[in-house]
Amino acid sequence: MLQQVEGSHGIAEAVALCRPEVISAYPITPQTHIVEDLGAMVKRGDLGNARFMTVESEFGAMSAAIGSSATGARTYTATSSQGMLFMAEAVYNASGLGLPIVMTVGNRAIGAPINIWNDHTDSMSMRDSGWIQLYAQSNQEALDLHIQAFRLAEAVSCPVMVCVDGFILTHAYERVDIPEQKQVDEYLPSFQPRQVLDPNRPISIGAMVGPEAFTEVRYLEHHKQLEALKIIPTLQKEFHEKFGRDSGGLVSGYRTEDADTLIVALGSVNGTIQDVVDEMREDGVLIGSVSICSFRPFPLAALREVLKKAKRVIMLEKSFAVGLGGVVDPNIRMTLRGISKPIYNIIAGLGGRAITKKSLHEVFDKAIKDELEGTHFLDLQWDIVNKEIEREKQQPRSGPIAENILRDIGSVASDIA
Amino acid sequence: MITQRVKFYQTDTFTAGSRLVDMESRSVQANMERTNSLNSGHRACQGCGEALGARYAIDAAMHATDNKIIAVNATGCLEVFSTPYPETSWQIAWIHSLFGNAAAVASGVAEALAVKGDTETRVIAQGGDGGTTDIGFGCLSGMFERNDDVLYICYDNQGYMNTGVQRSSATPPTARTATTMPVGPEPGNVFGTGKDVPRIAMAHDIPYVATATVANLKDLEAKVKKAMSFRGARYIHIFVPCPLGWGSQTYDTIRLARLVVECGLFPLYEAEYGEVIRVIPIRRQVPVEEYLKPQRRFAHLFGKKGNPETIAKLQVMADKNIQKYGLLKKGGEDE
Ligand SMILES: Cc1ncc(C[n+]2csc(CCOP(=O)(O)OP(=O)(O)O)c2C)c(N)n1
Ligand code: SF4
Ligand SMILES: [Mg+2]
Repeated sequence: MLQQVEGSHGIAEAVALCRPEVISAYPITPQTHIVEDLGAMVKRGDLGNARFMTVESEFGAMSAAIGSSATGARTYTATSSQGMLFMAEAVYNASGLGLPIVMTVGNRAIGAPINIWNDHTDSMSMRDSGWIQLYAQSNQEALDLHIQAFRLAEAVSCPVMVCVDGFILTHAYERVDIPEQKQVDEYLPSFQPRQVLDPNRPISIGAMVGPEAFTEVRYLEHHKQLEALKIIPTLQKEFHEKFGRDSGGLVSGYRTEDADTLIVALGSVNGTIQDVVDEMREDGVLIGSVSICSFRPFPLAALREVLKKAKRVIMLEKSFAVGLGGVVDPNIRMTLRGISKPIYNIIAGLGGRAITKKSLHEVFDKAIKDELEGTHFLDLQWDIVNKEIEREKQQPRSGPIAENILRDIGSVASDIA
Repeated sequence: MITQRVKFYQTDTFTAGSRLVDMESRSVQANMERTNSLNSGHRACQGCGEALGARYAIDAAMHATDNKIIAVNATGCLEVFSTPYPETSWQIAWIHSLFGNAAAVASGVAEALAVKGDTETRVIAQGGDGGTTDIGFGCLSGMFERNDDVLYICYDNQGYMNTGVQRSSATPPTARTATTMPVGPEPGNVFGTGKDVPRIAMAHDIPYVATATVANLKDLEAKVKKAMSFRGARYIHIFVPCPLGWGSQTYDTIRLARLVVECGLFPLYEAEYGEVIRVIPIRRQVPVEEYLKPQRRFAHLFGKKGNPETIAKLQVMADKNIQKYGLLKKGGEDE
């Protein structure tokens, strides 16, 4: 049914349609609306026996999810930013234990300086945790990916993060098609795990594994994700058949056919990029874009197939590995191993900085002229940065960066001293 | 003929005592049918109080629930010595997740059982003092506060044993650990620190809180059984000597667990909904020295360079407990 709803509400509705049995959550912006909606549904009795746990922390949220999933209940949680880091130890544990928990990440920056706005630092910090990570381009896709996520997680016994841009998607009101319960039931069978905690068939889960078998366990975790690479397109296809829409998959290209220049990105920024592609196409530029939906497992082959013919690739990402450059960028270089072509890396939208069409236009133009540096920071205010660098030379050992900038501008209470 | 009733104070702690009571009143451990939840072959040190405590407690819980137990274990000695892959000593449904999250994982298990309408299976979370009073404390308090249907058992050996005997917030004053060495002006762990988790548990007004030791088996079993008669959050704090960490003789594990109670340093009590409802009285108070002396972690208090003032401070702590819980009350002898 078509409805004009907030992104978070659409996600909550989708999760509800998946008949979750246990939901545990700890509030953090911008994830809150999703779990608030689910909490209300559970309280009203809309979700049958389902339980909603208001835990004491994100670490508790993921830990409770571990217990509930290991007992055979379909389990869901959601978090963002600092919460993602706070639960980190349990995130790795859930995948190590092969528990098909589904978690929404309302993508948000990580502090300090504390910042509630969107970028991908939080989910990227868990990129090697053994979780599958799917990135949604739109509210509709965010909703649809959750339905696919439960099926995928349970098919391969591996937890799945559905990464949804904070505010840009979670808080945006858009028209979405919310499926019927019957359709979802047909698409997503009930959860029937092979191993559960059951006093009638007691097993020990979570043993201490030494060097004799640890590598094998890890490799098999990797193998599951490689399997997921095959399953994801099938789920996308079946989803299309059942719901009549294209959502998910490994990667999706936009006007890539004859493109010399291809922009690669994750999540909602693909919308803006596609607008820019359209505009530049009108000016006769052979440009296209590719959205990576499945970041883990990383679709090396599928992406290589799309990118190989282009003359240059621009990786635009909302994540940043301090001391190196892009986080996704090295993955692109692995994708194109053995193929020689310029790869530009643009770091954009950190901490919610708007990614405007105008700036994209400029930077793509530069890249097309092969005038862009290897790692480019979109709309970086060089005046402020250079001033700070200069000052730091005169007076080093000065601690918190944001406060230094403010102190130098003279706009903080730090002047009191 | 004049007969005199023989009174066995410790029926059931000793095999001979067991045979003198009827089947019903025998301990679970005396019962050949006990589950032996933590089976032999595990890698605990000789004389490990934690291994003993865990078997006593979980067997009693299995007995009380018709073998319907799921246990969640925190990282620590108990977890490490019981499950070296590919082996396990556990004869029950058991999961280990992390060091600091046993209570939360157990809450999740309990909620999953609730969704599935399984009211028979009961959930136990267990961990060492470090996993309970320190790193797992947030999750523990959350589980208490939500009154989740979980019994949490802390095996208190007063330190981080698994990582090589470091101080925890359950380490007593003056005790030597790898991070509180017996050097400097205040050797060992300092006074005025530490956390009384059973009392903190009580402050959550949860249905049941109890303390126990591995020396008093009948009492420990009775408390576990009682805990299983409640729904909601419950907590049992079991004192379990650690020969390796304490520098005590392996044969002294039970003796030390008895002495710590008899000197007053570890009061045995039960509380329901935040109120102490019963204490185990001390028949004859022993001086703290008797408890401290057999342990090398307190060696700096004795010998030539002995430290009577510090011992006196520990005696004050013991006396305070006796006062506070009324452990030497008259007429309590027949408990
Ligand atoms: C997050 C985390 N920090 C530290 C450790 C290391 N560690 C493992 S067991 C342990 C000590 C356990 O002490 P306690 O809970 O008292 O149990 P015991 O071994 O004494 O029975 C520590 C510090 C860990 N596994 N995880
Ligand atoms: S170190 Fe202590 S607690 Fe750990 S196994 Fe040995 S005796 Fe038991
Ligand atoms: Mg300990």
